[in-house]
Amino acid sequence: MPRETTPAQDLIRGIWEENPVLIQMLGLCPALAVTNTVKNALAMSAATFFVICCSSVLVSSCKRFIPREVRISAYILVIATFVTLADMMLQAYAPVQHKELGAFIALIVVNCMILGRQEAFSSKNTVLRSLLDAIGTGIGFTIALLMLGGFREILGIGTFFDIPLFGSNFEPWVVFVLPAGGFLTLGFIILGMGYFEERKKAGNAA
Amino acid sequence: MNDKSSADTLVVTPPGAEPASQEPVEKNVSTFRLVATLAVAGILAGMLIAMVNEHTKPIIDAYRAEQLRIAVYEVLPGAARYTTFYLVDGELNPTLPDGAKEVEYKRVYVGFNEEGGPVGVAVSRGESGFQDVVMIILGFDPVGGKLTGMKVLESKETPGLGDKIFKDKAFVDQFFAGPELPLVSVKAGSGKGEPNEIDSITGATISSKTVTRIINNAVEEWMPLLQQGIPEDEQP
Repeated sequence: MPRETTPAQDLIRGIWEENPVLIQMLGLCPALAVTNTVKNALAMSAATFFVICCSSVLVSSCKRFIPREVRISAYILVIATFVTLADMMLQAYAPVQHKELGAFIALIVVNCMILGRQEAFSSKNTVLRSLLDAIGTGIGFTIALLMLGGFREILGIGTFFDIPLFGSNFEPWVVFVLPAGGFLTLGFIILGMGYFEERKKAGNAA
Repeated sequence: MNDKSSADTLVVTPPGAEPASQEPVEKNVSTFRLVATLAVAGILAGMLIAMVNEHTKPIIDAYRAEQLRIAVYEVLPGAARYTTFYLVDGELNPTLPDGAKEVEYKRVYVGFNEEGGPVGVAVSRGESGFQDVVMIILGFDPVGGKLTGMKVLESKETPGLGDKIFKDKAFVDQFFAGPELPLVSVKAGSGKGEPNEIDSITGATISSKTVTRIINNAVEEWMPLLQQGIPEDEQP
């Protein structure tokens, strides 16, 4: 039996305590692939946020009509529909970002973070709580992507949100905008979080 | 275990009992309902996508056309307007045969100055670069045999190195300085001052050579046809 939670906990849980990327290690593919600049990270987060919120609301409100046997197919169908909508709207209203993100927009369909929330939460809870849970998870995903994007853009290009930070003498650390830099950055962030977690535990025990 | 037993009961359930037990008993769901649920969901999803597509498609098409228009004027300095000519049966034609699809035909954009005289021809072409296909639009003067401009339309070249083919102003400016065709890619600083040399970017030799190769191939493909005569402007 899962323990009872309040609506506020539903919202907050996904943001930090159970952060989808940094703690649950879900949705790492987009988190690594398109976070070479803050703008790309933000566009990816926004698209994912839209998809997870809409999917959670729809899945939780239709849960009575979806037979157990085909629930995964139904969830995928719902998610794929919203991803296609997000794809078309990004292409129409943010064409530059759409070009940068390329195929990764379509790949939101297979982001296991979204499917995971439908199966683990939305299919068993009310519409409101599912929406809160989706918002929390979406914010958590956004925070993780912005952290990655921020580090990588500052070190790899020397800018933050396209604003130059260091003047002309800065030699960009190109590896950080390449895929290898994504792995390195994520690794260091998780290492840092683990370190502080350990210290907190040690502090509590003492 | 669970799955097996539910599958067994599904087979055993007498057909007559099905309509009555359909709603209250959730575990014995008929195959028909499984298919129907997904079919209805699929139809609804399709309708929703079609509705949004109806709304966004004109915006997307308009943006693409606008980007292309800007690019053509950029690579053909001095052009006041341009006309698109399609390659139909080995001849350049401003209109397509009836019922033909636009995407199936190769095309050139011929730029004209205020007086209606041709200033150059723009074509787009894509070839493999260091990472993926590099798409370029180039403008050239078939009479003088000189390049008038080049713009990278699509590229996934390495950030920080290969992407200098469109971010490094010094490299790009070389293509607007009217180099003679065909181009020759040389190591930066080691050129002999010939009018067809393009200094490649240090650390991005393959990307630089891709650009010059695409331009040379495009010119080679179109030059014989264009030297027979550049099509006249349609509207005076």
